[in-house]
Amino acid sequence: MPSDLQFEKPLVELKAKIAELRKFTEEKGIDFTEEISKLEEKARNLQKEIYGSLTPWQRVQIARHPERPTTLDYIKHIFTDFLELHGDRLFGDDPAIVGGIGRLENQPVTVIGHQKGKDTKDNIARNFGMPHPEGYRKALRLMKQADKFNRPVICFINTPGAYPGIAAEERGQSEAIARNLLEMAALSVPVICVVTGEGGSGGALALGIGNRLLMMENSFYSVISPEGAAALLWKDASLAQRAAEHMKITAKDLLELGVIDGIIPEPMGGAQKDINKQCQFMKEALVNSLKELTGKSGEQLKEERYQKFVKIGEYTTFVHSS
Amino acid sequence: MLRDIFSKRRKYATITNPSSSTSTEKKEIPEGLMVKCNQCGAISYTKELEKNLKVCSSCGYHFSMNAFERIIATLDDGHFFEYDSEMISVDPLSFPDYPEKVEKDREKTGLNEAVLTGEGTIFGYPVVLGVMDSRFRMGSMGSVVGEKIYLAIEKAMAKKYPFILFSASGGARMQEGVLSLMQMAKTSAALARMSEQKGLFISIMTNPTTGGVSASFASLGDYNLAEPGALIGFAGRRIIEQTIRQELPKDFQTAEFLLQHGQLDMVVNRKEMKNVLGKILSIHSDRGDE
Repeated sequence: MPSDLQFEKPLVELKAKIAELRKFTEEKGIDFTEEISKLEEKARNLQKEIYGSLTPWQRVQIARHPERPTTLDYIKHIFTDFLELHGDRLFGDDPAIVGGIGRLENQPVTVIGHQKGKDTKDNIARNFGMPHPEGYRKALRLMKQADKFNRPVICFINTPGAYPGIAAEERGQSEAIARNLLEMAALSVPVICVVTGEGGSGGALALGIGNRLLMMENSFYSVISPEGAAALLWKDASLAQRAAEHMKITAKDLLELGVIDGIIPEPMGGAQKDINKQCQFMKEALVNSLKELTGKSGEQLKEERYQKFVKIGEYTTFVHSS
Repeated sequence: MLRDIFSKRRKYATITNPSSSTSTEKKEIPEGLMVKCNQCGAISYTKELEKNLKVCSSCGYHFSMNAFERIIATLDDGHFFEYDSEMISVDPLSFPDYPEKVEKDREKTGLNEAVLTGEGTIFGYPVVLGVMDSRFRMGSMGSVVGEKIYLAIEKAMAKKYPFILFSASGGARMQEGVLSLMQMAKTSAALARMSEQKGLFISIMTNPTTGGVSASFASLGDYNLAEPGALIGFAGRRIIEQTIRQELPKDFQTAEFLLQHGQLDMVVNRKEMKNVLGKILSIHSDRGDE
């Protein structure tokens, strides 16, 4: 299977061996039941061993897995009556961000998210989930619409980062991101943000100013990609693995740093192993978060969001010896 | 105890530039009597250049200014009452060499962090002022920079003073990881609140204003100004070149480029900056709601 990751290889090989023995049993009539159950036991242990102690770098690989569910997958499985809405009314429609209206259970909501492609062709069309300014401005337009009609906003974050290109700079990539940070802080409706894969710096944050900020178990959120950090630190992007270990980018790290509010579990081995199950976990988390926020006034939601973000940071005060 | 704090602040009343007279450190302008312009190569006397606000008298090139020089050039008589002067960075990620690098920059610059915040007056108008200094960790924004700017905005709201910020930064500070990233959210949220209260924010982008700083508070001014030739942008030039595999035009991401693309209100020569700020402040002091 091409979609397996390097560190999963021993498990994949073992599973292949078991399948082979099964086939042998069926075809040749030789009984390998005992061997099979022994190997299955071994596989279970190996699985626990591999997936139970994933390193930050392994999680990065799972977060970037080409078969990892995308925003449109979550929309399809979790929301009803969904209508995708397009365009920023200024320049164009950015396929790297999708958004629209629908229902979560019965509650009308606005859903927005980065959109990666499912294959190479799709990825080129989606620009690998790297938005231009018009993507952020579309998102902002939909958030303001949600604010006007008192609909909660749900954001799915999964991007390597905002696109670094000429047109993006010409049209004000910085301003588009900055504007979203400011405007999201001022929304009077519940805002729930979930990092579903890659939380790539400012390009991720621009959909990330929520009353609740959640991360999926194998997602990461970072000020700079591990590759970028390695290039800056050691002038060698191939040391990304080492950078990932240093940077505190996993869901657990961010929970400990007080940046996020919770972690959404994933099926063993990652969301791509069982999309239906993952969508159940996701739905549960969204419904619960929304329940906690329902009934709060616009002012209260704004105040809580403000306090949440202004508290983040660590520093100390220098004491004069004199 | 309160008086102690107050008197301590009073010590900052007049800003002197600790680096202008020392001879041990390396600066943008090389030591010695004469300076060669980076742009046109013209030679001028260091003293003359400083008197000219570090603008080359033959071509108008803007040499970079440190935070102290900026305050002297901006506030009346250089009087500055500093806020949060003793806040310093910690090492939340246990990042290799980070505390040593910060310590070295503290020694080198005479600053405790990459931004100074405080208050003073411009042509008599009281303002809260923030000035970043690119010599300190490239002016990058970690927890302290974010917190000081957030607190300065809060102060401006409480006092109903305009907030003016000179940015000079390479972006978010990598060594504090996601905490640095979240300072973008913190400062922008504070500006959202200030905007709702109809507070005035003037953002001035100086060389360089990039990455997470340009993608947060620096782009959120009611007035976005920049100095001539300043590098301003989201992504670094090299990263863009690697991504698109073509060479970028020479003026790409300069203040003039941004002005042309509708991203700035004005490009203002440093020698005119105080006058322009004065005009904006004057017009705002006459608004109908006060």
